Amino acid sequence: MTTITTEINQEKKRSRAVELLIGVTRTASGKFGVGLLLIHFILALGAPIIAPHDPIFVPDSSEGLKFAAPSADYPLGNDNIGRDVLSRTIFGGRVSLLVTVLGTLIAIGWSSITGMFLGLVGGRTDEVVMRIVDAIQSIPMLLFLLLIISVVGTEIWILIYTLGFFFGISPLRIFRNATLDFVAKDFILAARARGESLMTILRRELLPNILDIVLVEGAMRWSWMLLAFSSLSFLGFGVAPPTPDWGLMISDSRGVMSIAPWWTFSPVVALSTLIIGINLTADALAKASGLDRSQGAPV
Amino acid sequence: MGRLILQRLFFALLTMVLVSIIAFVATEALPGDACTAYLGRDATEEGLAICREERQINRPIYVKYAEWVTAFVQGDFGTSMLGDRDIGEIVGLRLRNTAILTAVSSIVGIPIAIFLGVFTGLRRDKPSDVAISTTAIAAMTLPEFVTATVLIYIFSIRLDLFPAIAVMRTDAPIMDVLPNITLPVIVLVFVMTAHIMRMVRTSVINVMTSDFVQMAKLKGVPYWEIVFKHMLPNALLPSIPVIALTIAWLLGGVVIIERVFNFPGLGNEMLEAIADRDIPLVLAIAMLLAGVYVTVNLISDLLTLFLNPKLRTMRS
Repeated sequence: MTTITTEINQEKKRSRAVELLIGVTRTASGKFGVGLLLIHFILALGAPIIAPHDPIFVPDSSEGLKFAAPSADYPLGNDNIGRDVLSRTIFGGRVSLLVTVLGTLIAIGWSSITGMFLGLVGGRTDEVVMRIVDAIQSIPMLLFLLLIISVVGTEIWILIYTLGFFFGISPLRIFRNATLDFVAKDFILAARARGESLMTILRRELLPNILDIVLVEGAMRWSWMLLAFSSLSFLGFGVAPPTPDWGLMISDSRGVMSIAPWWTFSPVVALSTLIIGINLTADALAKASGLDRSQGAPV
Repeated sequence: MGRLILQRLFFALLTMVLVSIIAFVATEALPGDACTAYLGRDATEEGLAICREERQINRPIYVKYAEWVTAFVQGDFGTSMLGDRDIGEIVGLRLRNTAILTAVSSIVGIPIAIFLGVFTGLRRDKPSDVAISTTAIAAMTLPEFVTATVLIYIFSIRLDLFPAIAVMRTDAPIMDVLPNITLPVIVLVFVMTAHIMRMVRTSVINVMTSDFVQMAKLKGVPYWEIVFKHMLPNALLPSIPVIALTIAWLLGGVVIIERVFNFPGLGNEMLEAIADRDIPLVLAIAMLLAGVYVTVNLISDLLTLFLNPKLRTMRS
């Protein structure tokens, strides 16, 4: 009996994931989004092989590479101390992807478990936690992020954990509300009557039902986290130089945009394409799972 | 109805109390204090002790909290740790500047957003809708500093129309502020329009495809009468919270825009206060921003309540 149910469950799980994946790549915009993501992941993972130069190597000033315009050897030109902009842009994706992918996993992980738990337990615990969530949400998140990062430091793990925690706050409410739709359903009541433990109910009964919401929410949060991370870098609260980073490159180059636009626009294009890729994928995922982000409206 | 309003007021107040506790505990829990920041690397144990004694940093946290809240409620924001300036004075002018920026952006942006939302909603999936909606998605998803940088490049470097940064004193009269904020306002309008427009568009589409509008069409009611008499009042109601949230976001979230344009507003001041670890100033700004957010939300809640008979009768 047990083996049969697990088999059925696994069968269902596998087909759902495959189903969503096929659904995402069915539309043209979904294909484009996934394509952009693939390009970014390949560039980030293969950066040491793909990048033509060392991203932090500063050439001797006698070579005259400071603010050099794009050339055959340096296709996207050079920055203020002669470093290769193309290589720095390629390497810049590594930090962004590492921080936001891990951060999103942490955010969605803790918020989905806590949200389902609150929805299931309800009562006073739920009420108190939701009030605290309200309060945290009414302070601009950037303020919290800046406070913690400016004091604790800008090491990569601190960035990941801080972003992971704060980006779980809004999904927490969404997962909790989604859970509320199910707590009164017969199959949950039956599981409770069977005396199943809370963790088992969460994992076996609730999670399969809100998995779609979790995935779509995760994709959306990923794009917002990237936005926040790049904004932090731009403000100088991201990774420390000389590590190549898009936000920092844009911030450094803004002042000399009129004489070296390539230095600004390379990271701008890289960051924009990654964000657009994530959003198109998230939209396609929402449509494929029937949870349209824009509440029934196309586009 | 009266009970409902009281309930909303109570929750708003409760939120503010919780915000104050969270913000206070968060700032206290962080390592380092104003004295370590103020004295920097030259800090000796003695110097730190004297500084802490002077600023009464070593007292228990609940005493400091009670004192801070009492003073805050009475309108005394305390003095800034650095330079001993009165926080009320520092924050007041900055708040005014940010408020000007927000007000101008809202006055320009909200009508444009509603117009574009209705326009694209009525012309759903036509080329004009696709073009506008795609631009809106780009404006919503790209970081503000990217949008700002690109617009600065176009308007200020290539076309040389507006100054790339705000050149003004913090206490400049309003008339001197306005010419400095053209480009920041364009960026803000671009971003906020996208958010509101998408919401309006969705709700226009929902209402236009709803049964009662279909019914009116079948009955032979003229198109523009349907749009203005039947559709608009119903479609604009759900946009009120979004507009309110956008304004709250403008007041609190213009940090990056202010930094990009070097505009002397609250957001820029917040960044400086955090960098200086000026805790009283950071707290005051956090409370101010949270207060704005909670008030705007409260107003939008009550407005929605007054305008929607369904909600009004359902809950009371």
